[in-house]
Amino acid sequence: MPRYFTQDHEWIDVDGDSATVGITDYAQGQLGDVVFVEVPDAGRVVAKGDDAAVVESVKAASDVYAPVSGTVIEGNSGLDADPSLVNSAPEGDGWFFRMALSDPSELEGLMDAAAYQTYVDSL
Amino acid sequence: MRYLPLSPADRQQMLATVGATSVDDLFVDVPAEARLEGPIDGLPHHASELAVERHMKALAARNTVAGDVPFFLGAGAYRHHVPASVDHLIQRGEFLTAYTPYQPEIAQGTLQMLFEFQTQVARLFGCDIANASMYDGSTACWEAVGMARRITRRTKAVIDGGLHPHYRSVARTMAKFTGDTLVEATPSPERGEETLGLIDGETSCVVVQYPDVFGNVFDLRPYAEAAHAAGALLIAVVTEPVALGMIESPGSMGADIVVGEGQSIGVGLQFGGPYVGLFAAKEKYVRQMPGRLCGETVDADGRRGFVLTLSTREQHIRREKATSNICTNSGLCALAFSIHMTLLGDKGLTQLAAINHARACAAADALTAIPGVTLKTPQFFNEFTVELPVPARAAVRAMADKGVLGGVSIARLLPDRDDLECGLIVAATETVTEEDIAALAAALKEQLA
Repeated sequence: MPRYFTQDHEWIDVDGDSATVGITDYAQGQLGDVVFVEVPDAGRVVAKGDDAAVVESVKAASDVYAPVSGTVIEGNSGLDADPSLVNSAPEGDGWFFRMALSDPSELEGLMDAAAYQTYVDSL
Repeated sequence: MRYLPLSPADRQQMLATVGATSVDDLFVDVPAEARLEGPIDGLPHHASELAVERHMKALAARNTVAGDVPFFLGAGAYRHHVPASVDHLIQRGEFLTAYTPYQPEIAQGTLQMLFEFQTQVARLFGCDIANASMYDGSTACWEAVGMARRITRRTKAVIDGGLHPHYRSVARTMAKFTGDTLVEATPSPERGEETLGLIDGETSCVVVQYPDVFGNVFDLRPYAEAAHAAGALLIAVVTEPVALGMIESPGSMGADIVVGEGQSIGVGLQFGGPYVGLFAAKEKYVRQMPGRLCGETVDADGRRGFVLTLSTREQHIRREKATSNICTNSGLCALAFSIHMTLLGDKGLTQLAAINHARACAAADALTAIPGVTLKTPQFFNEFTVELPVPARAAVRAMADKGVLGGVSIARLLPDRDDLECGLIVAATETVTEEDIAALAAALKEQLA
């Protein structure tokens, strides 16, 4: 299952026409302790770059953008009860939402793991 | 101390630096027709302090002062007795002069006061949580509409006909810039079903004032049920919080957001402002609430303390994505509210409400005993609407000329509604005496004779 990354520190795991989106370990480290996450409702249509979720830590509140266009299939309801999953498992149980892709060709503009690592090292 | 510390040489130097030759050059961007030519006509260049005081006193003496005459004006601003201790306490330097003193390290007193204010407002409105206040009732009302939009992701707000026309006007102004659509029911002292019929699957919220601007007290449950059935929120607006000492709270009847004007408790009429907006909601909506929120916590040693909380909703952190561009509150008026409420207590508020209602009933009885005057609001708290056999605006003016401030004509609030021109909104609080009521009835009777 290929994983892509954005310059805004989202990751997206693609499985056929659908994908799972979250924020990277680097991003959670920058945010600090996450205290609240607002995930999108199922059925919401998002374009690439739209605000899709909000993540709030003790330091800041940030938007999480849709890495590609599509329709939200589900938000991670587990984050309501335990937002700290974003800190403990950012690239696992701390996922934000699943979506159906409307234009898989948009993935071509994203980074792979190696490119993202190089990008983070440059920051 | 010199009030004008700059010398002509200083000014000349500053003008030279910005490339202007005179102070007038700094105003060239103001269109000439908007500029004043020479001194204001009739205003002397100079007068002694004594002369100015004499002049201003003479001007002030032309006013009819609320406290000096029989006073029955309400419609959103109410004359209540404010205990002298309220003014004394709010003028303590720690409270009076501090501006947004919210650093928890040094401002525990202010933060505790705000926390207690929030607790009082939440209990009064029957809600889970309240914020640290808004500017006034009308802006709190608009902020609630915006909050409902964020929660429901819908933009159609249904406005009940009983909402104060000034509040409606503020909402109209704001909606012009936010993309909200206001679907407005027709104002009338006689409550009907029109509002319920305007609710549909695109409705974000239903805004209902309680008691309404005409004084009606009614059940909010049908509005809550209809709103919730359509996936919308019920916003209740309270302009006379003293009423809640006697009638059921909006929150307990299902309102999702309850907002109001806190002026009635502790603040005084103050020529129309500053007032204090009240804002409360169900806890599940707290992250979409506007304004400051004070929370209770413990410090490193486990001692009770207070801090601002959920600030990430606010403008100084979330910038243009903040829930509201209100980043402050009416702190001093909120303090006055809180002190007065504390002095009253549960029992005092109930007693105050009972006195208000009794005075209003006495005033309604006295007015409706006059031939041709009919009561339009069958259930009311301290304010009611009567229909006169003549246009009310002229009658109010004529009574005022005789030293009785007899009410607010509907025509003053809704000047384009000829069909309501005989309607008069009359408020009677604990400040009204039996003699005042007799004077009001006599003045109106004389007008109608």
